[in-house]
Amino acid sequence: MGKILEKLKISKVLSSDGAWGTLLQAKGLKPGECPESWNLDHPDEVMEIAALYCSAGADMTETNSFGGNYFKLKHYGLEQKVTEINRRAAELSRKAAGREKIVLGSVGPTGKILMMGEVSEKELYEAFREQSMALADGGADAIVVETMSDLDEARIAVQAAHENTSCEIICTMTFEKTVTGEYRTMMGVSPTEMIPVIRDAGADIIGANCGNGVKGMVDIVKEIRAFDLVIPILIHANAGLPRYEEGKTVFPESPEEMASYVPSLVGAGANIIGGCCGTTPDHIRLICDALKMYR
Amino acid sequence: MEEILQQIANCIEFGKTDKASPYPPDMKGMDGADELTRLALDNGINPSDILSQGLIPGMEKIGIKFRQNKVFVPQVLMSARAMNLAMKHLKPYFRSGEVKRKGTFIIGTVVGDLHDIGKNLVSMMVEGNGWEVIDLGIDVKAEKFIAAVREHTGSVVGLSALLTTTMVNMESIVKHLRDEVPGTRVIIGGAPVTEGFREKIGADFYSSDPQGAVEYLNGLTE
Repeated sequence: MGKILEKLKISKVLSSDGAWGTLLQAKGLKPGECPESWNLDHPDEVMEIAALYCSAGADMTETNSFGGNYFKLKHYGLEQKVTEINRRAAELSRKAAGREKIVLGSVGPTGKILMMGEVSEKELYEAFREQSMALADGGADAIVVETMSDLDEARIAVQAAHENTSCEIICTMTFEKTVTGEYRTMMGVSPTEMIPVIRDAGADIIGANCGNGVKGMVDIVKEIRAFDLVIPILIHANAGLPRYEEGKTVFPESPEEMASYVPSLVGAGANIIGGCCGTTPDHIRLICDALKMYR
Repeated sequence: MEEILQQIANCIEFGKTDKASPYPPDMKGMDGADELTRLALDNGINPSDILSQGLIPGMEKIGIKFRQNKVFVPQVLMSARAMNLAMKHLKPYFRSGEVKRKGTFIIGTVVGDLHDIGKNLVSMMVEGNGWEVIDLGIDVKAEKFIAAVREHTGSVVGLSALLTTTMVNMESIVKHLRDEVPGTRVIIGGAPVTEGFREKIGADFYSSDPQGAVEYLNGLTE
């Protein structure tokens, strides 16, 4: 049994980290700059972000490797550095997390569409294999395949990570509420459709990330729980829908507001709660406080 | 004559590319957009009619279904594929001037953002509606948009962004376009973009779905 499942046996719920992109920007990441290149050029700043979330109380922190796959890095001419960038990403988060806390190696989508023939299943598998092996090599305890919208791509990423590393595998997809009130990914996948495919591919933990805010996540957790009574569920919610004010993107949900949904999320069956876009160490601190009574 | 145009429209709407395609299952073995467009031209049907009574209504139907969440990205992509195959047969008539484009639309994903699915959807819907589309790709800087507008005078610009961290880059692009090529119409879209954001950055139009962009562009030609 892996580290996360072990810990979940002891305390029913765990906390995760918040947004990375906005914190990197606050530290000087420029528009058009490759965020993952900072693992090599600005390692201290990257480590500081993981450290901020750890000291906010998160039980686990992600790595700065969301776009660290071959296809995304190729855009910056960094495709030869996939292994180096991802290994470094895991090492930096590991350094901040110490031995006790959990490091989640972040794996995002490639941006290529299988059904349009832009990429083959084999090429996708190879890209996810390369990235997840480097993350594992750098010390990641788990691989989190996240922000997925295409079920085939998610399945291939989970398989590649599961078959080539000894990490625990988490997979979260991004669901939006449709006009008819259901939750679907951009490619039309519902939480219910996701579960059997991702579970069979080797995921230990499933869930949802990004989206329109924490409120919708309660419904998504309910839908997953209705289908699968046992699989641990991870939620990384946005701090609401972004608004634009004074030249800046602002997320409407305050730390207090987000934390107020923790009881509903846990009640619906969520096991690990953290944040996505717009969440900060303050959000995570209050989420951790709210989780205390369930541990 | 009308029947074959209706069939072409159906192929576009349901994503029936060609006879060999197994998709959609209930149209298996039937002629697709590819064969039917060729046949229509061979039968002497006016290419403008094929565009206006075949392709455009088909794209419009899928665009509306997408807006209503009755279909999702994969179905739209299949429709776009069917539309592209039909369009190939019409290309010579566009070149010769026999069929007129409604105008030119320049589109790109803004600097810092590498996502192209949304941009491609809009691009395909607009093209299927009879516009010439110049796709500048992803991670596009203001200068590139400006150069393209100068090259294609009077064109409308579309800006796309998927990330909350990159949509802010739309503001400076809009500002640069306003300064360098006054009068250029700029429309914006993408998951985090809202009408309030459009107002703040001074773009001309925002749509939450591709069909809205098509409707706005068509409104300009009326």
